[in-house]
Amino acid sequence: MSVSTRSFQLVAWIAVLILGFVALACNGGGSGSVSLQGAGASFPNPLYQKWLSEYGHHQPNVKIDYQSIGSGGGIKQLKEQTVDFGASDAPMKDEDLKSAPGEILHIPTVLGAVVITYNLQGVTQPLRFSPEVITDIFLGKIKKWNDPKIAADNPGVTLPGGDITVVHRSDSSGTSAVFTDYLSKVSPEWKEKVGAGTSPSWPIGLGGKGNEGVTGQVKNTPNTIGYVELAYAVQNKLPVAQVKNSSGSYITPSIDTVVAAASASAANTPDDLRVSITNAAGPQAYPISSYTYILVYKNQKDAVKGKVLVDFLWWGIHDGEGFAKALQYAPLPDDIVKRAEGKINSITANGAALRK
Amino acid sequence: MLSPTGNTGDAVFRILMLIAALLMVAIVVAMVIALATDSMLSIRQFGFRFLTSQRWDPIKGEFGALPFIYGTVASSLIALLISVPFSLGIAVFLVEQAPRYIARPVGFLVELLAAIPSVVYGLWGIFVLAPFLRQYVEPALAKWFGWLPFFRGSITGIGLLTGGIILAIMVTPIISAVVRDVLAAVPGSQREAALALGATKWEMIRVVLVNGAPGIAGAVILGLGRALGETMAVTMVIGNRPEISLSLFEPSYTIASAIANEFTEATGDLYVSALVELGLILFLVTFIVNGIARLLVWNVTRGTGGVGKAA
Repeated sequence: MSVSTRSFQLVAWIAVLILGFVALACNGGGSGSVSLQGAGASFPNPLYQKWLSEYGHHQPNVKIDYQSIGSGGGIKQLKEQTVDFGASDAPMKDEDLKSAPGEILHIPTVLGAVVITYNLQGVTQPLRFSPEVITDIFLGKIKKWNDPKIAADNPGVTLPGGDITVVHRSDSSGTSAVFTDYLSKVSPEWKEKVGAGTSPSWPIGLGGKGNEGVTGQVKNTPNTIGYVELAYAVQNKLPVAQVKNSSGSYITPSIDTVVAAASASAANTPDDLRVSITNAAGPQAYPISSYTYILVYKNQKDAVKGKVLVDFLWWGIHDGEGFAKALQYAPLPDDIVKRAEGKINSITANGAALRK
Repeated sequence: MLSPTGNTGDAVFRILMLIAALLMVAIVVAMVIALATDSMLSIRQFGFRFLTSQRWDPIKGEFGALPFIYGTVASSLIALLISVPFSLGIAVFLVEQAPRYIARPVGFLVELLAAIPSVVYGLWGIFVLAPFLRQYVEPALAKWFGWLPFFRGSITGIGLLTGGIILAIMVTPIISAVVRDVLAAVPGSQREAALALGATKWEMIRVVLVNGAPGIAGAVILGLGRALGETMAVTMVIGNRPEISLSLFEPSYTIASAIANEFTEATGDLYVSALVELGLILFLVTFIVNGIARLLVWNVTRGTGGVGKAA
């Protein structure tokens, strides 16, 4: 009895000590430090994590966290004001903006692309696809790899006769949104039957969870075709198809051809920077490209936090862009950086501009 | 003073235990209420059609749960069909046949399987199991049993059958571990009595199994619960296609997978509400399936004064 009482007391003392240390550690940041919370898209997450750690060295009194919970979750949390900034791959819809408690700004951060990957034994050179062929494959109208329509895009390539197995994302994702946005632009039939969105009702195919799920199924199953993010395809050295753009050239997806799509679309990018750049004009533009955005309220409630947020965004679209290429994201073209600067400069707290 | 025996410690203990038990009930009730209120929008919009419609199109705002219900129940049933005989075999071997120096490590390994995170099972499913099924198992099934509607269609290694098999592997450690404990709890005198009456070893094992039947059924229900709710591993191999097909080779979709896949990026109130209603349905499906299982158990075990009410 006495032994167990004594050991109980010992445990209690240890618990008290641990709690004390935890309490000390929590106060360790000291006064004057500001912390921000962000949440949203998973596609730019590797870049944002890099930004946060670099910015942390640069501004030790600022602590910013980013949760990659998905664009939908990011928008929801921003609207409920449980985070200081949100992030989304697709621009917010008009009705979402209207139902928000304040005006929301879209700050583009980097660009990404969706690439078409496949598993075809015996084919070594990159396949080429025209928009019609991609649409017909994903609609289930082209069923065999040696279909004359595919052959027409790929002269000199011996195509096998197997059935095509389509692999798409099963989780709702910005990648699917960009891809179906592109298909809706190039095919009225796709627009009417399926439409564009994060979680479309696919006419055919298998669903893989995440980029890794799609890649896993494509890599392991012969005669498959699927789509993944450019960064993911490059890092995993997947075979990547060339896609015919609106100027009629077959374009290999790369950082340069994605930037070309953004530059080509700069002139008709609206004032609020909400724009889809799929099927962009321009001879070198890769047609399945898109921006990703950080979402912030134009009027910040807390001037101290607002100032930190504005400084972070400013750093991101200038110094932060330098980290993009190494992580396979395309940096913003210069004219878009200029316009994003204007957006950041317009952020206020209680009517006073935060960047002076 | 609080308790009839006059022992305060007992009373405090009893109240603590009562609170623990009531808390559990309260959590279940609160979850049902939360699911029901959050899915009101979808319930109002679709009514009973939600349960019978086969269309799931978030872009056009049309939601029907039938393919998900089918996928959930079918994959779990396949899992049990495969897993239960194996689990019984493992348990009987460990308790009745294996010498101690084998039974211990093997039992430990089986329990270890239960601790592997489901995402690891899923990745193993994509990279090892699915190609294996595509190359060897499914072509053989199509060749020998192709006259059945269950084994027709294109062979990709991804689909309902693969989902069921991965579930079977995941529930086997649970079922076999519980059955092993149940069999071990059958009194040795039963075995001795059977052997003394001239029963063979096989007949003796049958006596033990009949004695442990209620506990074995409880183990199966536990495994079924895990199979119905399993998310990650199934998502990676089932193909995630909301379609009902008799063929086990075709892709399918489960309720838990659908919620996990689509909730993060679901925008629009109706879409979120439809996903929450899927959650409510999973709750009801689990409830009904468990109810049926218990009814079966009750029917089978009436009259047998079994031991080992393990579950």
